[in-house]
Amino acid sequence: MAEDIQAKLEKYRTAPFDARFPNQNQTRNCWSNYLDYHRCQKALDAKGVDTAPCDWYKRVYKSLCPISWIQKWDDQREEGTFPGKI
Amino acid sequence: MAHPSQLGFQDAASPVMEELLHFHDHALMIVFLISTLVLYIIVAMVSTKLTNKYILDSQEIEVIWTILPAFILILIALPSLRILYLMDEINDPHLTIKAMGHQWYWSYEYTDYEDLGFDSYMLPTQDLAPGQFRLLEADHRMVIPVESPIRVLVSAEDVLHSWAVPSLGVKMDAVPGRLNQTAFIASRPGVFYGQCSEICGANHSFMPIVVEAVPLQYFEKWSSLMLED
Repeated sequence: MAEDIQAKLEKYRTAPFDARFPNQNQTRNCWSNYLDYHRCQKALDAKGVDTAPCDWYKRVYKSLCPISWIQKWDDQREEGTFPGKI
Repeated sequence: MAHPSQLGFQDAASPVMEELLHFHDHALMIVFLISTLVLYIIVAMVSTKLTNKYILDSQEIEVIWTILPAFILILIALPSLRILYLMDEINDPHLTIKAMGHQWYWSYEYTDYEDLGFDSYMLPTQDLAPGQFRLLEADHRMVIPVESPIRVLVSAEDVLHSWAVPSLGVKMDAVPGRLNQTAFIASRPGVFYGQCSEICGANHSFMPIVVEAVPLQYFEKWSSLMLED
């Protein structure tokens, strides 16, 4: 499992086509992956397990989300005002 | 780029734009043929020596001028739908670039591997070198590898803008808070120009888009150089 993720991450070029978001509006794609990464981190940290599988979501949201959006959300998470449920 | 007194489209730099260009030629030819026919009929009817012209009917001609236009419409619709579906094909991009519109410049982000971001301002006319294009050149171009599928995610940081490059057949609105996806392949190396296509304030006409398509090794060299700066 972990080796598959490693292999996928090594061959990573850019965010692949996601059938959940097939159309022009990719806002939700970026938002979804950002949430998924932080939820994954939180869940695996709580279990005390290696969080390497979460890196896939990180690569995808880094590819898709504008830098300013990521910075804004990171600041909001620190302040405790982040609108998403993590 | 556009040329003075240009009538048609700019030379196509992507496969989709080539298709659009050929389709436009096809549809325009049909339009010219129909217009010529109608003009001929008008002239003929106005200049005829015949006197009994107003109480005429014929089942045969009614059938012809119903079926023929329907057939012509199908002849236009089929290639049109083909291109529409071609543009919607699921593609597998090699690179994702974000184009963010600001008042009044574009910024490009290449974040698949490292965090590379830079602004692209129009070169003021007094700073142009001989041979450069007025109101079209920018200080930093969006460099892409040639013949690779590229995904561009367009958004804006303040007001509406629109990211357009006619020779690539691309135009996508930049909406604050929304991430609009478009994709293309540059089929040949070159420099392709475009302009902001949604009114965005005083300098709307002065925030051009410049895309430079280069072979992959040069793209890699360019991105390492940009990251160092």
